[in-house]
Amino acid sequence: MKLDSKIPEGPLKDKWTNHKDHLKLVAPNNRPKIDIIVVGTGLAGASAAASLGEMGYNVKAFCFQDSPRRAHSIAAQGGVNAAKNYQNDGDSVYRLFYDTIKGGDYRAREANVHRLAEVSGNIIDQCVAQGVPFAREYGGMLDNRSFGGTQVQRTFYAAGQTGQQLLLGAYSALSRQIGLGRVKMYNRHEMLDLVKVDGKARGIIARDLITGEIQRHSAHAVVIASGGYGNVYFLSTNAMGSNVTAGWKVHKQGALFANPCYVQIHPTCIPVHGTNQSKLTLMSESLRNSGRIWVPKKKEDAEAIRAGKLKPTQIAEEDRDYYLERRYPAFGNLVPRDVASRAAKERCDAGYGIEANDTNEGVYLDFSTEIQNKGKQAAYAKGNHNPTAEEITALGKQWLEEKYGNLFTMYQKITDENPYETPMKIYPAVHYTMGGVWVDYNLQSTIPGCFVAGEANFSDHGANRLGASALMQGLADGYFVLPYTISNYLADEIRTGKISTDSPEFLEAEARVKDSISKFLNNNGTKSVDYFHKKLGLIMWNKVGMGRNEAGLKEAIAEIAQLKEDFYKDVYVPGSADEFNTELEKVLRVADFIELGQLMAMDALQRKESCGGHFREEYQDAEGETLRDDENFKFVGAWEYKGDDISKEELHKEELKYEEIKIAARNYK
Amino acid sequence: MAKSALLKSSIAKKYWMALTGLFLCLFLAGHLAGNLQLLVPNNALNFNQYALFMTSNPAVKLLSYLTYISILFHAIDGILLTIQNKKARPIGYAKTDGSSSSFASRNMAVLGTIILVFIATHMVNFWAKMHFDKNMPLMTKTIEVQGNKQVFYVGTQVGQYFPVEQVAKEGEKLEQGMMPKQFVIKNKTELHYSQADVKTADLYKDLYKITLDFFKDAKYGLYFTIGYVLAMLALAFHLWHGFQSAFQSLGANSSKLTPAIKFFGKAFAIVVPLLFAIIPVILHFKK
Amino acid sequence: MSAAKNININLKIWRQKNASSKGSMETYKLDNVSTASSFLEMLDQLNEQLINEKKEPVAFDHDCREGICGMCSLYINGRAHGPDTGITTCQLHMRMFNDGDTIYIEPWRSKAFPVIKDLVVDRTAFDRIQQAGGFVSVNTSGNTIDANSIPVPKDDADKAFEAAACIGCGACVATCKNGSAMLFVGAKVSQYALLPQGKVEATNRVLNMVRQMDEEGFGNCTNTGACEIECPKGISLENIARMNREFLKASVK
Repeated sequence: MKLDSKIPEGPLKDKWTNHKDHLKLVAPNNRPKIDIIVVGTGLAGASAAASLGEMGYNVKAFCFQDSPRRAHSIAAQGGVNAAKNYQNDGDSVYRLFYDTIKGGDYRAREANVHRLAEVSGNIIDQCVAQGVPFAREYGGMLDNRSFGGTQVQRTFYAAGQTGQQLLLGAYSALSRQIGLGRVKMYNRHEMLDLVKVDGKARGIIARDLITGEIQRHSAHAVVIASGGYGNVYFLSTNAMGSNVTAGWKVHKQGALFANPCYVQIHPTCIPVHGTNQSKLTLMSESLRNSGRIWVPKKKEDAEAIRAGKLKPTQIAEEDRDYYLERRYPAFGNLVPRDVASRAAKERCDAGYGIEANDTNEGVYLDFSTEIQNKGKQAAYAKGNHNPTAEEITALGKQWLEEKYGNLFTMYQKITDENPYETPMKIYPAVHYTMGGVWVDYNLQSTIPGCFVAGEANFSDHGANRLGASALMQGLADGYFVLPYTISNYLADEIRTGKISTDSPEFLEAEARVKDSISKFLNNNGTKSVDYFHKKLGLIMWNKVGMGRNEAGLKEAIAEIAQLKEDFYKDVYVPGSADEFNTELEKVLRVADFIELGQLMAMDALQRKESCGGHFREEYQDAEGETLRDDENFKFVGAWEYKGDDISKEELHKEELKYEEIKIAARNYK
Repeated sequence: MAKSALLKSSIAKKYWMALTGLFLCLFLAGHLAGNLQLLVPNNALNFNQYALFMTSNPAVKLLSYLTYISILFHAIDGILLTIQNKKARPIGYAKTDGSSSSFASRNMAVLGTIILVFIATHMVNFWAKMHFDKNMPLMTKTIEVQGNKQVFYVGTQVGQYFPVEQVAKEGEKLEQGMMPKQFVIKNKTELHYSQADVKTADLYKDLYKITLDFFKDAKYGLYFTIGYVLAMLALAFHLWHGFQSAFQSLGANSSKLTPAIKFFGKAFAIVVPLLFAIIPVILHFKK
Repeated sequence: MSAAKNININLKIWRQKNASSKGSMETYKLDNVSTASSFLEMLDQLNEQLINEKKEPVAFDHDCREGICGMCSLYINGRAHGPDTGITTCQLHMRMFNDGDTIYIEPWRSKAFPVIKDLVVDRTAFDRIQQAGGFVSVNTSGNTIDANSIPVPKDDADKAFEAAACIGCGACVATCKNGSAMLFVGAKVSQYALLPQGKVEATNRVLNMVRQMDEEGFGNCTNTGACEIECPKGISLENIARMNREFLKASVK
């Protein structure tokens, strides 16, 4: 299979404009004749469904949650990037483009990323027009903050709940279209298969999660916007329901799956507390603006802390190792996520971890310096040029509370520790997946008519995503890219007419789904779904996690294949098919996670280099920095499904061409 | 849309509860001012004068009709709301915990019903007597005349006194053969010459006496007093929540305004019912 | 910080097969619950136990487990989202409970939120209220004016944000003795009423949203204030007052 990325000709900065000018259109009077299915209602899905509905297409939108407003985009905390240069610090579309490519460790498509940077400004305009309450300065203008991997302030935010506000904005636009009857919403419905007719995506099979009814839905195009696959690891910052099923089913129907090994491990999450832990909680990257990350310089101090004999506040300044500031003086605590995560792992592996759990995995995120700095500033601003230490501390804490109050409260509720008084304990956790369904420049997968948007596709972040760029991509895809490119595809469908759901293809897909459900329900095994999911998670975290090596990956592949066998033999699912059955929902998702997990390990094994979120221990320099191999691995690795045995999947390579950017080693020193 | 919304919508119902409630608060203040006159010693005349004013002045009449309407509307609207609210939760909780709201706020309907029952009995005992009772006593005054105590009816004009034995009650048959009485009472309070049918004076209804007799009643006075005090307790709770709640319903809530409203509302909820309640207690126990 | 320990608890949980069947409170015993677990992890543990006994696990709604998606619910020991304040059920931790405690777990109770199964209720009424007017009618073209061309006073932006922080979990309805949804609707109306972009269609919005709210069968607000206290996001009663003002303005327009 020859992968055609369909990147338009011409100079980089004109590609998108020229492309848009030449895309085919569907006239307004023809749009009501065309049906589009959108799976997922996060930023990408909700914005796409709203936009397409507004254009006049018949849209059916699906989400497994009880409301489209609950999609996991809502949990994004820190912000959304846009090249507005409101802060006058030299930002531009080019810089955002450049930072994103560099941040992605030169493994993303130039043309896609440039388009993303181009439309980033529109996102902010659009959201403000929709009534999204971004943070503002006293003059009434929008406020910005810095995020990892950049040297400008281009991140727009709404306290620590930016994702929530953006999603609710998209949800409001979607709600408007639902109210107008242009979008039909299917809450508590899960897509369980893609239906292809004559090679084109023509519909989906969905299960009504309340009644258990298996439904056939047809459309002229299907948009998959179902998010990432971080829950392969069982423990991640993803929501409990986040799953890869839609993307994986599309893959099984022939869409290539790209770069599955690119997983972002977020450096600032609350460490694991015990074996019953169900998920991990992120502390926003924005905290790295104010917090300094450290571990003790002396191993015996770290041991004493773990044993509860020493408190972090008792460690003297000169006995603290601010390892990010030490290793990366230029970016300090604001290095990209993958760099920060690996550095934490490096210290903990070396025995300096401070968390008293099985793995000792934890480092400090300390706000005491910021309390002093901001406290002093605040005192001066009040005209008090001679503040006492107490006054400074009080004012500094007040400043922190204003800026991060909700995050600090969240931390305190979970850990029972007060982060104003003692440093936060943090450790990296799986957060985002850069890999996903392979799409061309038009966001179309290798199945005609099947488009993939947001985190579910692979397109814009290369091997590592910069903070505050996920929200940007989701909305860019949904509001500003898909409406154009999907119309181009649908222009040839205006004569197709209604697509029947009684065709053999639909019946066959329905039977396939029903069959797999009844197999699980009648399996009569002995172990719960979670049992297998946790096992998978452990294999993935230990062997396909932050540090990977050939031996471990080979073991992982074998172990996952074995796990898959055990799973199908011994999983137990209570209840029946025609009722609300959460275990049944889980088992179908975990079945797909297991297969994907194996593919991730295979992809990590073939990529004999370290880049972004993919760190192969064999490929690092003397200082522990990643070693890319641009000669041999400057490609997108896209896998083709070859049947039940995942090890048979075939790798296709899409060569990455860098015309605008000079490819270089990533340096944050 | 707009018009029907002002009648039907849940928010409009709140406006009406608030407006009628606040108006009734004004009424309470006025009523209390009158009642407090009962505590001034030897104040029967002033009190009855006040009672007459309150039942005859056209402006006051208008206000009183507004009050009746408010009470009715407040009660009916409240009952409708309560029924609707009950329907909004057909299955209740097995376990509840009231810590997130006040007792008063949760029991406005019960408190309101107690107050409504009180208002009904109160009106039967006083208002109805004042307005409709044919046997409503008229105010008399005992004056010492040349060493003899003599009882007089008191006329509404200054200095009008009419010896009781010279006045025939309304409908009283004049006994044959005796000296006919000089005056006769017609239309409950009018004093006419018995010979020529000419009105010579208006007399006061003795609400003061009615009130004192009621609370000093040898058999039931104590129960009446206790009942009254309990009703005022219910009123206090009702106001405790209701006063500031009315402002919230009308949209008056801001960080600057609300603390003052809350303070005033709570003060009102304590002071007004307390003063109301003190009166019968004093009347009952005063020798 | 108190060190984590294990406790044994009794659970009384509402079990109901589906929307049309009758439900009842059932009793379960659960041992060795770590006080460091979250409340939902405790329920996971119970379900694992039930599955191992080949019994049907308890259905409950949950998703993000970090207090933002609004999917989790549960009326725990008589309080929406349980005994702690300012958090959702998923953020509630077992350190709030003691060894030997009996914990009541019930679904949100409201005519407008019918039970789907066990502790899962249908909150689509909120979606329909939003669809009736909870938006700014602007097309998604991106060709709007520049985001900074209309300054918004910081105070208004902050207040709008505080209102917009609502996660639509329904705790306000569940805890209100009247099953009223006014805190939810008030927050949405307020968010837009406070921003210049939303003011344009404020009249229709408040009338339509309130009409839909009434049609859904929610009760009336009697200003008990319980919603504000149980709201995991601390949405203020000021928002209800603002809605009342907006509604009055709209009604007489």
